Amino acid sequence: MSTTEIDRQWTTRLRRRVAGKLPPEKLLPDTQPTYVASWIYVFGVTTMAALGVVIVSGCLLALRGPQWWHTSSVGHFVNSLHLWSVEIFFFAMVIHLWGKYFMAAWRGGRALTWMTGVFTFLVSIATAFTGYVSQSNFDSQWISTQAKDGINSTGAGAFWNVLNTGQMLMWHIVLLPLAAVVLTVFHVLLVRIKGVVPPFEKDGAEVAQ
Amino acid sequence: MSSFGLLAAIWPLTTLGHYVHWHIIQISVANLTVIILMVVTFIVALFAPFPGRRRRKEKP
Repeated sequence: MSTTEIDRQWTTRLRRRVAGKLPPEKLLPDTQPTYVASWIYVFGVTTMAALGVVIVSGCLLALRGPQWWHTSSVGHFVNSLHLWSVEIFFFAMVIHLWGKYFMAAWRGGRALTWMTGVFTFLVSIATAFTGYVSQSNFDSQWISTQAKDGINSTGAGAFWNVLNTGQMLMWHIVLLPLAAVVLTVFHVLLVRIKGVVPPFEKDGAEVAQ
Repeated sequence: MSSFGLLAAIWPLTTLGHYVHWHIIQISVANLTVIILMVVTFIVALFAPFPGRRRRKEKP
C-alpha cells in the first residue's frame, strides 16, 4: 500500500485528528493553572463521582428487580443508595453550574463545552423523572398520573406515555443514562481540549490564555 | 425496636409535609432546606481556602 493510500485511510485521518486535538499530555495533564485550586472546581468532579455511584447502584437494582428493592433490607439499602447518590449528583451539578455561570465559562471558544453541560443537565432531569415513575409503588402511580396531564398538554403524550411503565423503565435504565454518560464524557474531553476557563481580570479584561 | 423503627418514631414520616407560602410561591420545607444548603455550600466554596493553594503560588 502506498503512503498516499495510507494517508487517505479514515483510520489514519481520524488518529491524526484526535492526536492533534487531544495529545496524551492534554488528556491526562500533570498540572492545572493556579486558579483551578479552588473548592468551586471540586463540584464538577463530585458530580461525576456521584454519577458513578448512581450507575453502579442502578445496575445492582436491575440485577434483582422491584420485588427485591421493595421487600429486602439489602434491596432497600441499595435503593436508598441510588436515591441519595442522585441527590448528591444534582446538588453538586447545580453548584458546578452556578460557578461556571458566574465565571462565564463559555468564553474563549468554549460554547460547546457549556452546551454539552446544559444538555447533560436536561437529560439528567428527564432521567430523574422517569426514575420517579419507575419505582413501581403508589408514589410512582401518583406521579405518573399527575405527569400525564402535563405531558399531554404539550402534545408529546402520543409518543411519550408516562403511564406506560415498560416504556418509562426502558428510557430510565437504557436510553437516558446512555445519553447522560456519553454527554458527560464529551463534556470532560472538551474541557481537556479547551482547558479550564481563566478568571476575569480586575479591570474586566480576560486573563491571557 | 430496630434502628429504622426508632428513627421513624423520632421523625414521623406518615404526617403531611410542611410548606412555605409566600405570595404565588409555594415550596416544601424540605426543598427549601436543600436550596438554602446549596446556596450556603456555593458561598463557602467560593471563599474557603483551598489546601495547597499558597504553596502553589510560592513555586517559581
